Amino acid sequence: MDATQLLAQASDVVAAADPAGLMPARQQMALSLGWHIILACFGVAFPAIIFVMHLRGIRKNDPVALDLAKRWGKASAVLFAIGAVSGTVLSFEMGLLWPGLMGTFGDVLGLPFAFEGLAFFLEAIFLGIYLYGWGKMPPKLHLLMVLPMAITGVIGTYCVLAVNAWMNAPTGFDIVNGEVVNIEPWAVLFNQHAFLAFAHMWLAAYMVAGFSIAAVYAVGMLKGRRDRYHRLGFMVPFAFATIAALAQPFAGHFLGHDLAERQPAKLAAFEFADETADGATPLTIGGIYIDGEVRWAIEIPYLSSVAALNSFTEPVPGLDQFPEEDEPPVNFAHYSFQAMVGIGLLLLATVALYWFLRWRKVDLLKNRWFLRFMAVSGLLAVTAMEAGWIATEVGRQPWIVYGVMRTPEAAADHAGGLWLVYGGSVLLYGGMTIAAIAILRSMARRWREGAADLPSPYGPKLLAADGPAEIRDCADVKDRSAEKDNAEQEAAK
Amino acid sequence: MMTLEFAVAAALFAGVVAYALFGGADFGSGFHDLTAGGARRGAPLRTLIDHSIGPVWEANHVWLIYVMVMWWTGFPESFAAAMTTLYVPFVLALVGIVLRGASFAFRKYSETLWQAKLFGVIFATSSVLAPFFLGTIVGALASGRVPAGGNGDPWSSWINPTALFTGVISVGTCAFLAATFLTADAARRGETALAAQLRIRSLVVGLATGIVVFAGLIPIERDAPTFWDGLTGRAAPVMALSALGGIATLVLLWRKRFGPARLTAVVAVAAVMAGWGIGQYPWVLVDQVSIAEGAGATATLQGLLAAVGIAAVIVGPALGYLFYLTQSPEWNGEVRGGVQAGEGAGRGASHWSGRLGN
Repeated sequence: MDATQLLAQASDVVAAADPAGLMPARQQMALSLGWHIILACFGVAFPAIIFVMHLRGIRKNDPVALDLAKRWGKASAVLFAIGAVSGTVLSFEMGLLWPGLMGTFGDVLGLPFAFEGLAFFLEAIFLGIYLYGWGKMPPKLHLLMVLPMAITGVIGTYCVLAVNAWMNAPTGFDIVNGEVVNIEPWAVLFNQHAFLAFAHMWLAAYMVAGFSIAAVYAVGMLKGRRDRYHRLGFMVPFAFATIAALAQPFAGHFLGHDLAERQPAKLAAFEFADETADGATPLTIGGIYIDGEVRWAIEIPYLSSVAALNSFTEPVPGLDQFPEEDEPPVNFAHYSFQAMVGIGLLLLATVALYWFLRWRKVDLLKNRWFLRFMAVSGLLAVTAMEAGWIATEVGRQPWIVYGVMRTPEAAADHAGGLWLVYGGSVLLYGGMTIAAIAILRSMARRWREGAADLPSPYGPKLLAADGPAEIRDCADVKDRSAEKDNAEQEAAK
Repeated sequence: MMTLEFAVAAALFAGVVAYALFGGADFGSGFHDLTAGGARRGAPLRTLIDHSIGPVWEANHVWLIYVMVMWWTGFPESFAAAMTTLYVPFVLALVGIVLRGASFAFRKYSETLWQAKLFGVIFATSSVLAPFFLGTIVGALASGRVPAGGNGDPWSSWINPTALFTGVISVGTCAFLAATFLTADAARRGETALAAQLRIRSLVVGLATGIVVFAGLIPIERDAPTFWDGLTGRAAPVMALSALGGIATLVLLWRKRFGPARLTAVVAVAAVMAGWGIGQYPWVLVDQVSIAEGAGATATLQGLLAAVGIAAVIVGPALGYLFYLTQSPEWNGEVRGGVQAGEGAGRGASHWSGRLGN
């Protein structure tokens, strides 16, 4: 994954003085977290999107919507399975890679994880009921089984973000004579910063899932599949992505409002503020930070101070104010941050344009360039989300608990041999990525060819064929496609 | 005895037992999948396994997350100590857990038989490896191999008689639970030939596991004296209960009472787990850190108990509902005629997806 490669390059400078096991540990965490977080986005946002589609199917007696909901349910089953196991990896890695953090602060940061576990429990239970409940439960009751998943997604996200917010803005404990005392676990769970961080990530999850699912149907439309199925499959996730993309700049802005007091070095890195300006700090585009100086950059006056401090006069505190050992990898944090903002604004402009033109009776879905852009919008949203995580996590360095514990103090005593584990993980995650994409594409292909159910590989049909798969054609499948044709004809009228 | 620390430790251990029972049965299904034979001969059993663990494995898996979170929040230093010592079995167990879950989902939607075989082999093999390595972790903790300060020997801490035996016992109890559950599932679905085949499996696996569990006690006396004292003293009644449960299961299976046999099998395995817990009480890390010494901040322990209380009220009924549905006639093709009894070797068992859209 390109993010991890970048991380490796950017951190080389810092790595020189650190223990041999630190860099592989950070890479391992970046890989497994960066991979899991994409699936976590689907876990959070997909149930709500499926719910809307399923609700539409039941309310309007719309077989196309029901088909979509059913297929999305199956696709989400694959995503949730690998999401569940890759999330487990993270819980193990908390201890395997960062025993210094967990041993010292486990009882400070643990309570949000307990509630996250609770939310995950409910999500897994209702996922099982919903997925396997098709045709076996009263339809309305069955639909209701999605709702708990949408709600627990919110709770789970909040709890995980509470822990991450705590790492960036520690609270709920004191350190007296090197001992962690006066622990208030509820203050870790409930504080303003945790709430703002949650809002930002929650919207990001809807952007990732919404744009990614819409992208699938944009590709289909580009290939000339312009039926109602594709239009509906595009519009519902696109509507979710629209709301999230429009709200996201505000969430991001509020999250960053106190960054100057909370993590000034991170802000200075984001804004490429090499020194504290006289008056407002300009926004820096391009350039590179070498030897305490930003070179070859274009500056737009005032904008940095306006965006970060809501001020036309106050400067952003510059990097010259911090000792070198307290600075994050500046170039890496800066470009990640700007990539996130840039892509986010691009996506926002695109959805705004779509709805504006739709209001003016122009349908952009007929425009191939719009569809081409939408086809990559999922990847763009994922990139923006990953860049945001890299910005906030690399920007937090060299601290694991900001201002309290440095990352090397938290790492385990592993030698460079940890690189071997990392190499194995790259293979494992690479393999899972390839397998998941292959399976999902094969499912989509079989659905297109008219299979409503995907027979068990050990069912009689496949065994009888014992060669390439045959699509089982059930009576009820034919009925369904007949219904679909009717619906399409009606829609065409 | 009923201190705050003890209550949290008990809640943590209850999660361990639940994971051993429910997560264990899912892992054990992988053992039977692995040994089911070729694609054609093993097809009915593999289809049944898909049916049986498909809706529940992710929920059962969350018990592991629960255990980890309770451990690092309730007893943070002992968690760090175990992680820095036992990282080899932890990583290997983790690889097994990841491969098991991912390839089970992949196999379900495989398009061709060769894909299904590939993911099936990975699913089944990793389902055996994960409980083995998780079992060695239990043995390492119980035999006092994890020093309080962590960074114990990464190899001898788990490659020793107690840990290797607990690893094998773990695989055995998983396979035993899975066999009894699958037998009852097959019988309920009217697949008599498959049920008969699974009945033999259950008897063989049950007998073998019983022998291993009690043979495993022999090296413990010298290898883990503190644990041995606990097992043969305080924990003796539950170990006896475990033996009774195991024997009762075998008798019930023999007499084809598959429903009640599940219950006694659960009792047998839960009692073995309880034997471990009671045997190593009051230690979190045997001979090193006691429950009282290892516990985290009081406010956090109270918070954890609040979370556990909420979980019991909310998650408990939801989990019960899921299990109820999976056992209900509507979910087992008995009402809609998905399965016809007596059709040779259960070949007629249709995959659940075959009934979609009804």
